[in-house]
Amino acid sequence: MSEKRAITVTVNGTKYERKEVPVRITLADFIRYDLGLTGTHLGCEHGVCGACTILLDGKSARSCLMLAVQADGHEILTVEGIAPSEDKLHPLQEAFRDNHGLQCGFCTPGMLTTLLEFLRDNPDPTEQEVRIAISGNLCRCTGYQGIVLAALDAAKRMRATPA
Amino acid sequence: MKPPPFQYHDPKTVAEAVGLLGTLDNAKLLAGGQSLMPMLNMRFVLPDHVIDLNRVDGLSYIKENGGTLEIGAMTRQRDVEFSDLVRAKCPLLHQAIMHIGHRQTRNRGTIGGSLCHLDPAAELVSVAMAMDATVVVSGPNGQREIKFADFPAGYLTPSIELNEIVTAVRLPLWPAGHKSAFVEFSRRHGDFAIVSAAALLAIDGGKIARASVTIGGVAVAPVRATDVEKQITGQAPSSDLFRKACESCRSIEAMSDIHASADYRQHLAAVLSRRALEKAAGLAENAPWNRKH
Repeated sequence: MSEKRAITVTVNGTKYERKEVPVRITLADFIRYDLGLTGTHLGCEHGVCGACTILLDGKSARSCLMLAVQADGHEILTVEGIAPSEDKLHPLQEAFRDNHGLQCGFCTPGMLTTLLEFLRDNPDPTEQEVRIAISGNLCRCTGYQGIVLAALDAAKRMRATPA
Repeated sequence: MKPPPFQYHDPKTVAEAVGLLGTLDNAKLLAGGQSLMPMLNMRFVLPDHVIDLNRVDGLSYIKENGGTLEIGAMTRQRDVEFSDLVRAKCPLLHQAIMHIGHRQTRNRGTIGGSLCHLDPAAELVSVAMAMDATVVVSGPNGQREIKFADFPAGYLTPSIELNEIVTAVRLPLWPAGHKSAFVEFSRRHGDFAIVSAAALLAIDGGKIARASVTIGGVAVAPVRATDVEKQITGQAPSSDLFRKACESCRSIEAMSDIHASADYRQHLAAVLSRRALEKAAGLAENAPWNRKH
């Protein structure tokens, strides 16, 4: 049967040591099924929809296009790790709530993780830059207008109160 | 579980990886995974062994060496995108990178992986063809170099042996001040190009001293439009000259698939090569197709 390996990863600040995984399991499935962090969504599972976007060592990546074994020794941030505490949202999440940045919410985890990296690299983007940044994230509700507004609003909020 | 069962190997050196390739049957190399992982998830490929190159040391670098830009095979597309050296010395590469997928895929995707996957529409493959690149390959008998013109053996197939690994690509640099442009037609931002065109121009005393025009996405590998290059060399750049010369692209043998017919690809080849030349020569500032992003 399928080969297994033990991996150690840090997800949202929590270290998971020597977790045994089949070598062929994707990072996305590992996050959802083994760690129970179902905030990371799976849409297409071949790198098109962007719903499964996570940050790997601070850089956005599609977790359906990585094997869990490849994350061994690395640090991962999922949507569950964005808020500073259980009762407080991140300014990016607040901006999404206030600007109707989500409808069904399926694409939201990928939008948030993608934008978290983007706004860190580009704190004062133009609308066009935001649209290109989220071009790899599909919203089946077609709620892009609200998402773009939320991203621009979030940029403003994050500039006002840098983390 | 999406991917089919396989054995996983994560060598730490090129020699180790070459050794594995030489002993294992039906093995696939995993670089950035932005093409192989979808193919595994959809079970288009069923390898018995996956050899992951992500833990091999020393394959990620960008350096200039006596007029040549050398990029390690495992250099992420994102690192190329943000390299000041690339932007200064090889603007065509920077221009092309901006058309590749999305931020999330460029963070993982590698230059060597893209060259070896050899998608007919891949931007990096076109750049390598346009720049007369050389591919550096390691095998059991050491290192050898392959001219990029000889690198594609067929559809998605590089002309390397089963026990060889691409370790770097070398791009001979054009003189400082040369002009370049990369344009493509795709249905949505980040999609595979239906057709792309790369243009390089060295202009001296108002005349084109040297030209390189490459069309991607029309055939199994990018094609150099040598007719166009010949017709415009020695001439003063103008939209009229480019339009006439690029008509010859309509006779490039083009493939037909679900995305576009051969006729349409030939049409795009003529239009996009002209646009790439115009853009490179600074004649497209106000063109309606030349939206800034």
